This record gives sequence, structure tokens and C-alpha cells, in this order.
Amino acid sequence: MKATSHAFVDNAHAALGDGQLRRALGNIETGFQRKRAAAKLGLPEFEALRDQAKAIKDHTLAHLDLYLERFETQVHAAGGQVHWARTTDEARQSVLDICRQAGARSVLKGKSMVSEEMGLNDFLQDNGVRPIETDLGEYIIQLRREPPSHIIAPALHLNKEQIADSFRDAHPQFPAERPLSEPRQLVDEARSVLRDAFLKAEVGITGANFLVAETGSTIIVTNEGNGDLTQTLSRVHIVVASIEKVVPTLEDATTLLRLLSRSATGQEFSAYTTLSTGPRRPDDPDGPEAFHVVILDNGRSALLGTPAQDTLRCIRCGACMNHCPIFAAVGGHPYGWAVPGPIGAALNPGLIGIEEAHHLPHASTFCGRCESVCPMKIPLPKIMRHWREKAFEKDMMGTVPRLALWAWAWAAKRPRLYRWTTGPMMAVLGRLGRRKGRFRSVPLAGGWTRHRDFPAPQGQTFQQAWAAHQRGARRKGQ
Amino acid sequence: MTTSHVPAGAHPNDGHAGPRVGLFVTCLVDLFRPTVGFATVALLERAGCRVEVPRHQTCCGQPAYNSGDRKEAAAIARQVIAAFDGYDHVVVPSGSCAGMLRVHYPSLFEDDPDWGPRAQDLAGRTHELTSFLVDVTGVQAVNDQRHDATVTYHDACSGLRELRVKAQPRQLLASVAGLTLLELPDTETCCGFGGTFCVKYPEISDRMVTEKAEMVASTGADTLLAGDLGCLMNLSGKLHRLGKAVSARHVAEVLAGMTDVPPIGAADGGDRR
Ligand code: SF4
Repeated sequence: MKATSHAFVDNAHAALGDGQLRRALGNIETGFQRKRAAAKLGLPEFEALRDQAKAIKDHTLAHLDLYLERFETQVHAAGGQVHWARTTDEARQSVLDICRQAGARSVLKGKSMVSEEMGLNDFLQDNGVRPIETDLGEYIIQLRREPPSHIIAPALHLNKEQIADSFRDAHPQFPAERPLSEPRQLVDEARSVLRDAFLKAEVGITGANFLVAETGSTIIVTNEGNGDLTQTLSRVHIVVASIEKVVPTLEDATTLLRLLSRSATGQEFSAYTTLSTGPRRPDDPDGPEAFHVVILDNGRSALLGTPAQDTLRCIRCGACMNHCPIFAAVGGHPYGWAVPGPIGAALNPGLIGIEEAHHLPHASTFCGRCESVCPMKIPLPKIMRHWREKAFEKDMMGTVPRLALWAWAWAAKRPRLYRWTTGPMMAVLGRLGRRKGRFRSVPLAGGWTRHRDFPAPQGQTFQQAWAAHQRGARRKGQ
Repeated sequence: MTTSHVPAGAHPNDGHAGPRVGLFVTCLVDLFRPTVGFATVALLERAGCRVEVPRHQTCCGQPAYNSGDRKEAAAIARQVIAAFDGYDHVVVPSGSCAGMLRVHYPSLFEDDPDWGPRAQDLAGRTHELTSFLVDVTGVQAVNDQRHDATVTYHDACSGLRELRVKAQPRQLLASVAGLTLLELPDTETCCGFGGTFCVKYPEISDRMVTEKAEMVASTGADTLLAGDLGCLMNLSGKLHRLGKAVSARHVAEVLAGMTDVPPIGAADGGDRR
């Protein structure tokens, strides 16, 4: 996927001006925050589970090579194949090769953020293989040729009228006057279109929430059941997943599953939790004839041993973005890459480079709410600060802010001089602002005063006033 | 401006044996609102502390730290650590700056054998004001304070999440006669200040502070209180710009009974807007 993260400011500007988007984002609080809070309340051991989950992933990441190799061995033992991909190019090529071998002209796709990262849909399309998204949200944004704006709710930014319009354009086979104002009608129409595709499927591509080293199984969680159909009705099942999805055992996977849906949608469990282990065995009633797992690195292994390693614990529940005030203001698209929100700000600089992604870790108040809700206890603000330090080392700050910071720090390290200069400055500002108590504009502070008044200082600094107070007290004491 | 912000009744409290407390006044309080500093001193002295204000302090270093300039942040942190050496406690009328000293200084000097232990030591002695009063000195109530107002309280993010400051200011406010607290619908959402964030990403910050300010106004409170001057300047600036008749004060002013000065961003002579 081609990143547009460098254009964050312009894209955020556009997003802030979009009234429809603002209404859509307004649903996050009721849709996600309250449901998560209720689910957490309903599970007394939630906090203990977070610690367990963190320990499982930390252990796995410390022995990542071991568990990935064990996973590969077990996939082979079950009759499947593993394809390692260092880059998204290699991963896309692997997928295309498998599709060609299978003689597929179209492929079904379950929701997969890694396939977004790979830019898989465009690549397949350009190479004569038509991808059909089967997750309703993904299907909608595919029709609109938009990237997802949220990792678990890809069409979060849209309202149902926009979706109905897209359906009318894309489905000329239905009567033009049909009613599409109810969500149910939209779901039914998508279902009837997709049914046909399901029945003709050659290849089905899904992502994976977990790869289980112990058994060679891949696990997906869905609410629509489309993932099951994608992988069981197709002759060939391809799983695309990134390296950090591996966990040692099924037991570990269930621990993480208990946190995943609760943190994501507030469900105790998603409607479908599907395990796939190899292709169909002789006495299985259904299942694919071939089973492939494409495992992508794309820069992740380089994060091991760095402060950004903790991002690899992520289970992509979306809780951090659901509680992020920046995400709530601008939505997912301005982040400009497959993963938006706080986890995007912490992860993407490591994968697409700090030059491309430098705005992401800077566009945060460090309010810390993301970290407080992250089921995997990822210290997201701390990792964002790590990227800010990298950007600073690379001198990416811009001359004026750099100089301002330097001058401020220079003075802050010289308390006496600091007092001498700030005292008179505050006295002047205090005098100027005395009548109204605030300023509507202040030179060099346009970023502040364009949107809000600037409170005037009281005039005397505390240090001055305190010194005077101490002198007075001493005189009284004499 | 020469008006003195030294309140009557704030006398240095030497000559008795309470704990020796160093006041880290914070750069914003120092420059913009000394009243908060005096209110803090008064509250600490009433709690039986001997308060001193080390001269060798300016700022906690967050502007550098949050801009990715670790070196300058560490230089400023060393200055603070040295200035507050030897105090029984260090008290800060800001959750954000207290969080910097308590949580971030130790991580700044993680691998430093000399400064690491000193940073740890300072961290263990440092407290946000309301949490110090309630959790350390055991103050349950402020005595003989009256403030006739309906107020709402904004939980500033660092204090809330890094230091677990939430119940303490409410407990103390509950003992102020005449004061009614109307809670904000969503107290845990950031106001959009974020230090340099608000001038680096002004439009996003504006959306955040606008929503927060409207939420504040919707409570019907006539005064907004908080424990961090940064958030208060941001919110009061927005409330004024939106023409909302809500005034803003640091919680220490109300707890110490120092509300004879105009609210933040308001003119002398009782301008409430
Ligand atoms: S960073 Fe944490 S909260 Fe965000 S998606 Fe990943 S696991 Fe969920």
C-alpha cells in the first residue's frame, strides 16, 4: 500500500471539515467505548488477563524464530505449505503464484489488515485476478475504492446513505427503485451478490488473528461468517499473516481471545472463531484441497530489541483508536497507511520509515488513554516518544521550532537569567492584558490565538512575588 | 502590573517540626498565575508542612522531552534533581509536571549509574498537590472554606493516568461550604492542550478543546476547576472565545480560599466572561 502519511496535516484538515465524517465518528463513544467498558466490568479477571496476555506475547517475541519454525513444521505435518516473505513484494508474488497455479481468475477475501499493508487487491487486479471482499465493511469500501479507516470497522467513516448510493451504482442487476434505507436491506443485497461469488470460488484469502505454533493452526474471528465461507468453499485457502501473529499454544490463543473481542466490540466472544489446520482430510465433510500460509515480515523483525518491539504484541483490537481523541477528531484516513490511530503512530514509523510517518507520533497529546485501554499493555505514548527522538536526531523538526526550543532550553538551564528575563516580560504582558485579562491575538502565537484567547499573566512572576513576600516576612520578624 | 498576589495569611511557617517540603512551582504557575503558588504554599502550611521554594528552578523539561530532545530534557532534569535534593517531599501544583518528575525522570536516567538513583529518589518524594494532601498528609478536608459556586472538574490526563489523581481533589472540594460539583459527562477525554501539540496541530487541538469547552458549558457550572494550568489556559481561552460564561480557576485557589483575584483570563473588576 502506498503511504500518504506525510500528508497528515492536509488530510486531517480535510477530515475536520467533513460534517458527515464528524457524525460518523461521533458513534464511536456509544458504539465501542461503552460496550468495552461494560465487557470489562463483566470480567473481574480482566486486569489479570492483561498481564498474562502481555507475558505470553513477550515470551513469544523473545523466541520468535523458534515458534515460527515450529509453526511451519506443524503446518507441513498437517499437509499445508508455508511461504516466507521478507517484503510486501515477495508476499504479493507468493499469493499471485498460488492463484495462477490454481487457475483462479477471481479470489474471495476475508478481512485482512496485512493484505491492506501488502496492497494485495490492486496487485491482483493488475495481474488479472479479481479480488472480491466478503466482509461487508471491506466490500463497501472496495466498491468505493477507498482504504479502510479503522482496523475492525473498515467503513466506520461512512453513513448508510452513502453505502446505498454505492450499491445502486455497483449493482445494476437490481430494480433501480428498490428500498435501501435500512441496514437490513443493505446486508441482504450484499449477501445475495456475494452468494454467487462464494459458490464459484477457486481461491479464498483470509488473514489470521493468531498462528498457533503447537498445532500449525490459524485462527480468525469474525462476526459475519464470511471468513468461514471464504475458506471452506474455496478449493485453495491462502492465509496471509505477519510474523508477530504467532503464539505458542492453543491455550495461549484462548487467553488472548478472551481479551480480543471484549476490547474490540465489547462482545465476550465474536460470533465466529474459526480454526484452520491444513487442507481437508479424507473424512472431513468440507474444507480446501490446499492450504497455504504466507508469512510477512516487512520490517517487523528489525523492531525486535528496540523500544518499538512492544508494538508487536498488538492483537489489532482497535481499542486504542476507539479511545483516542485524535482519531475521534480526524478518523483513520489521515494516518495514511493500513494501521491508523495510536498503534499506527507507534508502529508505522518502524515499517514505512520515520520520514514518511513523522507526523503520526507527533500528533498526540500523550493523554495516555490508549495505553490505559490496550489489552496488551503496549506503552504507546512511550513508543511515540521514541519516534519523536528519532525524528529529532534526524533534524526533522524545522528551523523555527528547533531554534525556539534551543533558546527556551538555554534559558531554562540558567535560572537566574531566566528570572531576569521572564520577570520584565510578564510585567509587560500583564500590563498589556490587564484591562481585558486576555488577548485575542499574540504575535508568534497564531497557532493558539487563531482558535482561542490567550489568558494574560497576573503580571508578577511567582518567583518575584515570593522573594518580596520572604523579604516582608523577614522585616516583620526583626 | 504591580498588584501583589501575596495573600494575607500565608506566612512562612518556620519554627515547627513538620516535614520540609520543596515547592516545584512549575513554569506556567510561575509566569502566569502566582496565586496558584501562594495557594499551594498556604494549603501545605495548613497541613503542617514547612515550605521552601528553591530558587534554582525553572521548568520540568517537558517541552524538550516531548519534542524528542532527550539531551536537553536530561540537562534540565538534572537541574531539578539537584535543586530538590534533601527535601522530605516535593510538591507540584500540576499532575503533568509531577508526572514528569515521578514517572519520566527515572526513565530518562534509566542507564545512568549516577543520576539514575537520584532520579528514583526524587520520584519517590514527589507528589501532585491534592494527592499529597490526601494520600500523604492525610488531610481529609479543608477547614473553614466557603465558595458559593457550582463547579465542574476537568481531570487532566497525566495526573489521572500517571498518578491516579481523581478522588483526591473531589474529596477536598466536598469539604468546601457552598460548593456544588457537577461532573462532566466524559471526564476522561483530553482537552487538546498537550503542550506544544496545541500549536503544532492547531486545528486538531481546536476540535478537541471546542468539544470539551462545550461539554463544560453544558454542565451548567459557573466555574471550571482543574489541577493543571496548561489545560485551564487552553479551556478558559476557548470558553472566552466561544462566549461562554464559565470562569476557570486552579483547584488550589478554591481550596485555599484565594478567589479574590480574577479568574484565569478575566479582567480585574469581576469580568466573568
Ligand atoms: S495497540 Fe493495543 S489497543 Fe491498539 S489495537 Fe493493538 S492491542 Fe488493541
